[in-house]
Amino acid sequence: MSRSLIGRAFVPAMALTLFAQSAFAQEGADQKINAAIKPYADAVSGFIFSSFTVGQVQVPFVLVWLVFAATLFTLYFRFINLRAFRHGFQLVRGDYSDPMAAGEVTHFQALATALSGTVGLGNIAGVAVAVSIGGPGATFWMILAGLLGMSSKFVECTLGVKYRNEYTDGTVSGGPMYYLSKGLAERSAKLAGLGKLLAVLFAVFCVGGSFGGGNMFQANQSFKQLVAVTGGDASWLADKGWLFGIVVAILVGLVIIGGIQGIAKVTSKIVPFMAVMYVTAGLIIIGIHFSDIPAAFGAIFNGAFSPQGIAGGVVGVLIQGFKRAAFSNEAGIGSASIAHSAVRTNRPITEGFVALYEPFVDTVVVCTITALVIIITGTWDPSVDPSEGVSLTSAAFESTISWFPYVLTVAVVLFAFSTMISWSYYGLKAWTYLFGESVITDVVYKVLFLLFVVAGSSMQLGSVIDFSDAMIFAMAFPNVLGIYFLLPIVKRELDEYWADYKAGRLKKFGRAAERG
Amino acid sequence: MNSLLVVGYDTSECSERALEYAAMWAKSTGNELVLTYVIQWSPYSFNTPQENEERHRRREAEIERAHKKVVDPVVERLREQGGSARGVIRHGHPAETLKEIARELGASNIVVGRTGASRLKTQLFGSVASTLIQISNIPVTVVP
Repeated sequence: MSRSLIGRAFVPAMALTLFAQSAFAQEGADQKINAAIKPYADAVSGFIFSSFTVGQVQVPFVLVWLVFAATLFTLYFRFINLRAFRHGFQLVRGDYSDPMAAGEVTHFQALATALSGTVGLGNIAGVAVAVSIGGPGATFWMILAGLLGMSSKFVECTLGVKYRNEYTDGTVSGGPMYYLSKGLAERSAKLAGLGKLLAVLFAVFCVGGSFGGGNMFQANQSFKQLVAVTGGDASWLADKGWLFGIVVAILVGLVIIGGIQGIAKVTSKIVPFMAVMYVTAGLIIIGIHFSDIPAAFGAIFNGAFSPQGIAGGVVGVLIQGFKRAAFSNEAGIGSASIAHSAVRTNRPITEGFVALYEPFVDTVVVCTITALVIIITGTWDPSVDPSEGVSLTSAAFESTISWFPYVLTVAVVLFAFSTMISWSYYGLKAWTYLFGESVITDVVYKVLFLLFVVAGSSMQLGSVIDFSDAMIFAMAFPNVLGIYFLLPIVKRELDEYWADYKAGRLKKFGRAAERG
Repeated sequence: MNSLLVVGYDTSECSERALEYAAMWAKSTGNELVLTYVIQWSPYSFNTPQENEERHRRREAEIERAHKKVVDPVVERLREQGGSARGVIRHGHPAETLKEIARELGASNIVVGRTGASRLKTQLFGSVASTLIQISNIPVTVVP
């Protein structure tokens, strides 16, 4: 290791160790800090998740906000999520990629990067909680929300590419901060101020989200699974969350501060492999129980419209399904458009088509497979503790493949790691948007990020988790509000491109060109 | 006759021999050499967002470095020796890219060295030469 690397790593490592030691050693201090922050944390998350009552069920306003937007976008763009599905696939495959641009970021790479940020514990743990509390019917509403969410991703990723900053040094920066500020100003001079405000709000919430849901939640849940698989309470790891936190923080730190791409490269090779393994295992389990599949679908449809014994009836089931989809695929939140904006293209709408696949793969495929496994193995349990979701999924897989929990643990840790890497990037972009780009702002953010990794693993979450999730959902307010103003711009891009596509004016390359 | 010979070059010893062979061949038949340097890259890789952000800049840097350090000096050398030569740099899968470039330019032959990497790796994963033999539409000359 070079001297400069040790030098750079030294201060953060010391800070982390001291922080963790104090966090672990002084439980009294923990309670005190918790007690001090709790009222503020609760107030914020209470506000963002404020809900109105329908029958017996609490419906969070932010959920209505997201689903309404997704539905509106689907209708406004006349079911683009279905119409452009095939073309999106052709784009991802590279049929329209100019060989002269070989070496630039491809549609596939942009999609894969974004997916590695969204596929995470929500797909594994969150689904278990949703199906348990809402019953099998929640799966139906989850899939529906996933399909509608495709349209939200379509819009935000198109805008992300259209309004990105391309710097003279060859790097690119895109995302809601840019399309909210630049896009609204382009719409009308009167909206410029609003655009700037929304951009700043978004950036603030994004930083919060990157510390919370994109970081603490991932660290906490992957640690939980590791403990469960090494013996639960009897595990040597059981009270050593801080140790797990430090190890993970060091690994994450090596990537984001040390710039050691090796780890990230290894992870990025393994993550898709684990995802395929997870999906395959799920399909195998579903296949083994294939005679139960009709009954499972029956349970899903019945549960979706006339659930028995579920708190809140149909609305309760619907809320669980929608919530899971929203948490999992982040459609309307705006974070993925930061990742998608790096693609090399001169037609921004193409990245919108590609982005359709993100909620599709994340929710309609991976979440549904998790749900089916849980339903078919009958392991859903309405009395589940929401922070134990991952053990429920683990048990579901274990009932058929006895050794799978070990594989699942590896998968969970890897997914958590890659989600953290992605969110550290999103948060950094938001942070530097607010505080400017400089070595200092860079390091400050990254050290804070690593501190939260340790905190997430070692603390009892409770209200902190609500706060961090609230930050992620808060991002949807400025993001979607700004998007409403920008819809006509996206429509124009879409109409122009679609005309070219239908008239055959778009150039195909390679084997696709030979096929014609 | 003015047909083109595409030579796959990766600075390895074997590809140097391939280059020498192709240069001799080109000289005696009056063909033009297309010195092709492929920077290994896949359109289907999984990257971090940071890598994607910097990709464009890195690509330019990689191409420039390839020009300065590899392709331009060698093309210069070939021209000094009296041959007619040009250089091509592209990112991609080595065998597929060589095939593609040969197709684009209407080349009559592709010349490569037999091994570029370690022998064990070649035994296990195949080499550019063996892949090229399988996929090429035009004659391939493999220089040991």
